[in-house]
Amino acid sequence: MVAHSAAEVIAYPAVGAELDIEHVSHAFDIDGVALPVLEDVSLSIKPGEFVALLGPSGCGKSTLLRLVAGLETPRSGVLREDDVRIKGPHPSRVVVFQDPTLFPWRSVWDNVALGLEAQGILKSQRQRVDAAIDLVGLSGFRNAYPHQLSGGMAQRVALARALVNDPKILVLDEPLGKLDSLTRITMQAEIVSLWQRKRFTTLLVTHDAEEALFLANRVIVLSDRPARVKADIVVDRPYPRHRGDPYLADLRKQILGLLGLDATW
Amino acid sequence: MSTYSVSDAISVEGSRASSSRAQAIGDWLKSSGIGVAAAVAWIAFGLSCLWWQDLGDWSRTYSLGIAAFVVAAVALFGTLSADFLGAAGPALRRRAPWLVALGLFLTVWELATAKFAWLPLPFFPPPQAILEVYTDDLPKLLDSVFASVKLQLGGYVIGATVGFLTGVSIGWSRSVGYWIHPVLRFIGPLPATAWLPIAFFTFPSSWSASTFLIALATGFPVTVLTWSGVASVSNAYYDVARTLGAKPSFLVLKVAIPAALPHVFVGLFMGLGSSFAVLVVAEMIGVKAGLGWYLQWAQGWAAYANMYAALIVMSLLCSGAITLLFRTRDRLLVWQKGVVKW
Repeated sequence: MVAHSAAEVIAYPAVGAELDIEHVSHAFDIDGVALPVLEDVSLSIKPGEFVALLGPSGCGKSTLLRLVAGLETPRSGVLREDDVRIKGPHPSRVVVFQDPTLFPWRSVWDNVALGLEAQGILKSQRQRVDAAIDLVGLSGFRNAYPHQLSGGMAQRVALARALVNDPKILVLDEPLGKLDSLTRITMQAEIVSLWQRKRFTTLLVTHDAEEALFLANRVIVLSDRPARVKADIVVDRPYPRHRGDPYLADLRKQILGLLGLDATW
Repeated sequence: MSTYSVSDAISVEGSRASSSRAQAIGDWLKSSGIGVAAAVAWIAFGLSCLWWQDLGDWSRTYSLGIAAFVVAAVALFGTLSADFLGAAGPALRRRAPWLVALGLFLTVWELATAKFAWLPLPFFPPPQAILEVYTDDLPKLLDSVFASVKLQLGGYVIGATVGFLTGVSIGWSRSVGYWIHPVLRFIGPLPATAWLPIAFFTFPSSWSASTFLIALATGFPVTVLTWSGVASVSNAYYDVARTLGAKPSFLVLKVAIPAALPHVFVGLFMGLGSSFAVLVVAEMIGVKAGLGWYLQWAQGWAAYANMYAALIVMSLLCSGAITLLFRTRDRLLVWQKGVVKW
């Protein structure tokens, strides 16, 4: 298994991009009143790194992801992908949302093909769609419609739809938040193995400290709204990790302390 | 001893076989019983045609009676031998109860009109009078059907297309919505028939005026529902498509429109209903062709049988059009199965 993944690393050289978030602040207008959501957030993420953003609900984590994806532009500050300023959405930065948001009128295959179709390269690259579907283990469901899938399968399709574009940065917005705990554990392991094989830079938003520690190289703890970087914790543990690892348990205690929840644990 | 037990076993086997055979015969009787009833009902209809003298002068009474016997024969042998008729057999069996009802209804109708005149005669023509219209006035009826279909199809296609395009642009572009929305609000709820008098003298021909009115009646519901369909598409779909590299044209054609299609079909269905009303009124008032005109003409000559005949054809055409629309929808929206039902 280890030898296998080493071979994969050679087959897929680091394709991840570097992501720099420099002094980014953002606010929403609610009835004419500016509601600050991000305050002077700076982060530098190395190519191929797996970074988890952890913070209380409603703190602005998802807003930060939308800025990275280019779906919104920040009020101030700059985001860069490999030193190129992010001005809008680009298929090199793909988001997997909390809801799978599959298009219900498209079959699994057509949903996964969406990105290639939108970029006008589907005709010559059809095999990539098949490969992405195989990658998430849904080869038997190519022609199924989204309403025929379970929650976990739908989220796998959403993952395949993102991965088919060979993204340099994969942005995961609580992708496992709505799944049952058993499916979540399985898919956490799958995400790690996909990331190890493909080496994209990964940015994961979660409110689950355990999930963050199980998956990420680095855990960024954000404060309450407006979000600021409260702590930048390196998780120096090899994969596959074990949930019972005392090192991770210590880190979790530390993180929950930062979030003001240590008393409950 | 051993022979006894063997024969015992055989007799048990035999009685089980005979009981299952009885069961099979029972099933067969049950499913064929309705077929027999249908045959009886249609024989009754045939007899009711031939037994008594007609009170009026109708030329198709005898043929109708014979036709009723033919239907009775088909119903009888069709249901009895349904197992050997492939797909047609079960289909006939399913419809057998309706054949019974129809045969009884025709019998009562025949007796109540042609034979005993329980219903006042010129206003309630017997079945043979209507059959006579279909055989003797066929060319004129077919011309009318052709004219109606042509007018309806032209107006409906124009109205649906314009309505769909307008709906998509209002739903998509705020500035288009700013200008079109108030106009739609002001003009849309007006019944299209209210435009009749104006339309008939402003348009160069009554045909173009009617086409316009049918298009108007179709266009309003299609516009409103397409618009609401496009407007209600979740932003999450657009976000997903944009992060995957979609351009605005892709967002309209591959996201907004497919997502709005279920709404569009509700609009097309409603538009079809209101356009039928306009079609008939327009034909009655202005156009000198079509089934509406045929009805009007028949009334002028007190040809009541012709009116019923035209009405039956009209209802077949309308329900056929709606069936066609639903079939198209089911074909196009397979993905909806199990998601939305109406």
